[in-house]
Amino acid sequence: MSTTDDLLTPAGRQEGPVRVALPRTWWQRHGSTTTVWSLRLALLVLLLGFWQLAADRWIDITFISKPSDIAERLGEWAADGTLWLHTWITVQEIVYGFALGAVTGALAGFVLASLSLVYRVLDPFVMALYSIPKVALAPLFIVWFGIEMHMKVLLAAATVFFLVFLNTAAGVRDVDRGLVDAVRLMGGNRWHIARKVVLPASMTGVLTGLKVAIPYALIGAVIGELVASNRGLGYLINDAAAQFDTAGVFATLVVLSVIAAVLNVVVGLLGKRVNRWKPIDE
Amino acid sequence: MTALLHTSGLTKRFAKDDVATVALRDFTLSIEEGSFVAVLGRSGCGKSTLLNLLAGLTEPSEGEVRYKDRPLSGPDTEIGYLTQSDTLMPWRGVQRNVEMPLEIRGVPSAERRRVAAGLIERVGLAGFEHHYPRELSGGMRRRASLARMLAADPATLLMDEPFGALDAQLRRELQEELLRLWAEGGQTVVFVTHDIEEALLLGDRVVVLGPIGTILLDRAVELPRPRSADALRVDPAFVALHTELAAALREGAR
Repeated sequence: MSTTDDLLTPAGRQEGPVRVALPRTWWQRHGSTTTVWSLRLALLVLLLGFWQLAADRWIDITFISKPSDIAERLGEWAADGTLWLHTWITVQEIVYGFALGAVTGALAGFVLASLSLVYRVLDPFVMALYSIPKVALAPLFIVWFGIEMHMKVLLAAATVFFLVFLNTAAGVRDVDRGLVDAVRLMGGNRWHIARKVVLPASMTGVLTGLKVAIPYALIGAVIGELVASNRGLGYLINDAAAQFDTAGVFATLVVLSVIAAVLNVVVGLLGKRVNRWKPIDE
Repeated sequence: MTALLHTSGLTKRFAKDDVATVALRDFTLSIEEGSFVAVLGRSGCGKSTLLNLLAGLTEPSEGEVRYKDRPLSGPDTEIGYLTQSDTLMPWRGVQRNVEMPLEIRGVPSAERRRVAAGLIERVGLAGFEHHYPRELSGGMRRRASLARMLAADPATLLMDEPFGALDAQLRRELQEELLRLWAEGGQTVVFVTHDIEEALLLGDRVVVLGPIGTILLDRAVELPRPRSADALRVDPAFVALHTELAAALREGAR
């Protein structure tokens, strides 16, 4: 038997698990995270070093450019404001498109999946629309909405909508009947069931949808810009490629990756907050 | 004593494609107010179906359930139902789970917390108020479910093999807690089990069910209370009852 001093449970309760404070060193706490991050950094440095070395030595620089040129180009663009202008446009398109698609997708998924008959009727139509490659919609969207920002926002939203919609609907339809019955037994009405059971239970599905949809918001916006635009990172890629400016293309790709990484972190934080009740990691 | 819960000609069929499975047929039973009725039966004899009907969760195919002389048309907050499986909300901690029936009833939050804290203490979960169900053992989840059911302060308790999955020691403790509760509160209890000893330890009356809910035996248990499991086992009256019930169960299997 351990002494009662290190027990965090109230004295006298011996049944059930007992919680004990666990003294850990800094390395035990953060050791594996540190290792992973150092290795990631090392891998990145190694790849960039190899690229720098290979460029112009084994492979023509016109095709692959080289990290130092790309960094230089980023520096130039940052200095003359090109980078900020185009990045800001693309970020706006992603954020508006994502928000629009996510909100409508989650709402539609929640409402339609709760109406079982409607869902069954609409299901094949939704799947058909979902299966259309969204790039194929770009020309139509240009006709409908012009080549301004609306078109890119809506193209991004169209992609996000389906992913969030389908995942939300799956989450709603997977709700445990037992939990719904539990609320009915407490005298809860449809509104209580929706708010206290279906909504939290479907959160996992919604979040999966949001997570999966993030890169697609970016893809939607950039494809819209590639098809027709005079501003934005997609335009920048087109413009640089037309001038055989590989460094410019890669510089834009770097910016896009950074945007994607930041968006992923945001969703990760959201997921942690909502899914606290999932099994804890050892 | 008047009949609180009364079923007449209760039949439940589950349709799948063109075939209907009959889970319960023409079941008639009266349960007196304040009594503790143990329903004993082997698995698959329609016990859970019966409780779902008594709780108003499912509609009977034929016949009706009357509660307090009114036909029961849906779940009633006066009837608490402890199901066989855990239905705690996994995204709520113990305390917020226990508070839930009060929340739905619109009780102010200070009052909710007070009631929940008392119940959590009572079922021995103090110190685990903010643990999520997945962080608890099966027994602790059962206690939390029990606390949640009691939070609604039901006058009638329906329990479906509530302690079936627990270890013997824990089952004994919770059985005693239930008896204490019943003695204090005077609720009406319908307790479904497949364990003869549990039925005799708890019930005033044991109803033995055969396939599709045929009543094989309906018998009053006049063992003196408080009953202790250890003392009962050597009591000749208990042994006689045990033999009788076991024979009835065997009879139904044939």
